[in-house]
Amino acid sequence: MLRYLLPAALFAVLVVFLGLGLNRDPSMVPSPLIDKPAPAFSLPHLKHPAQRFTHRDLRGNVSLVNVWATWCVACYGEHPVLVALARSGQVPIYGLNLKDKRPAAIRWLRELGDPYAAIAFDADGRVAIDWGVYGAPETFVVDSGGIIRYKHIGPLTAEVLTETILPLVRRLREG
Amino acid sequence: MRGAVRWMASVLLCVTLWLTPWGPVAAMDAAMTERYHSLIEEFRCLVCQNESLAESDADLATDLRTEIQELLEDGASDAEITDFLVARYGDFVLYRPQFKPLTYVLWIGPFVLAAAGLATLLLRIRRRAGSEAGAPLSAQEQQRLRDLLDDSARE
Repeated sequence: MLRYLLPAALFAVLVVFLGLGLNRDPSMVPSPLIDKPAPAFSLPHLKHPAQRFTHRDLRGNVSLVNVWATWCVACYGEHPVLVALARSGQVPIYGLNLKDKRPAAIRWLRELGDPYAAIAFDADGRVAIDWGVYGAPETFVVDSGGIIRYKHIGPLTAEVLTETILPLVRRLREG
Repeated sequence: MRGAVRWMASVLLCVTLWLTPWGPVAAMDAAMTERYHSLIEEFRCLVCQNESLAESDADLATDLRTEIQELLEDGASDAEITDFLVARYGDFVLYRPQFKPLTYVLWIGPFVLAAAGLATLLLRIRRRAGSEAGAPLSAQEQQRLRDLLDDSARE
């Protein structure tokens, strides 16, 4: 009996592992920064170069930090979702503008709408490296204590918002 | 005349650009350059995941190479540079994962499986060898053997 059951059991285990492996997206690398304080930074505001935007500005409220750039095609697709979210007023969105040209970024916001409560201008991408960003767009959920709670890689969609991000935001506000 | 000057200037510019050393080697001595090159082989570029930082043309790889160069110039050890990258991008940036509780299965697993396979194989061989050598022939089998031998002797 065992001589048939054992190989069958091993085969079943193998199938489970292969199945899990097939259904994982290797381009989604889990961030080691989850449940850690948002990395410290001090960057000029995109629209007000003389003022600084720092990690301390993220404290006090649950917020999203969205990494974007005008050279990023997926960001263009994502933008209407951000604008709609901002209009709904459910959660403030901060921007981290990555390796961009200031005039191009400002023109983009003027033409497509500005969903951001404030935008940090990361010209050389150093802060993005500290945040473990490896592409745009990426979106972090930061709690009111300035702790990173979630990271979404790739463009936000209405589905991701309603199923994952907004429920998490509500939980963080309550807890 | 003006054309000639402009032409000279562009030739000069081309020569200067051509002579500008490629990559971040200028400020580092030979030993440091060697460390730099072996380090960037060790890390995965997260944008094009099957290339190391040394191989990748991705923007991020360029930035991380610069970052590593600057850390080296600041006197960081190899371990500190590894920690820098792991803290930001996780263990996945390492082509050779560290040996720690989370990766024990990864490192030891294949040896355990190989040992288990070998043990099973040895056990089976021994059992089979034992069954063949141990059982004596029954009376019936003895008779059949004798008949066969007689047959072959007659031929």
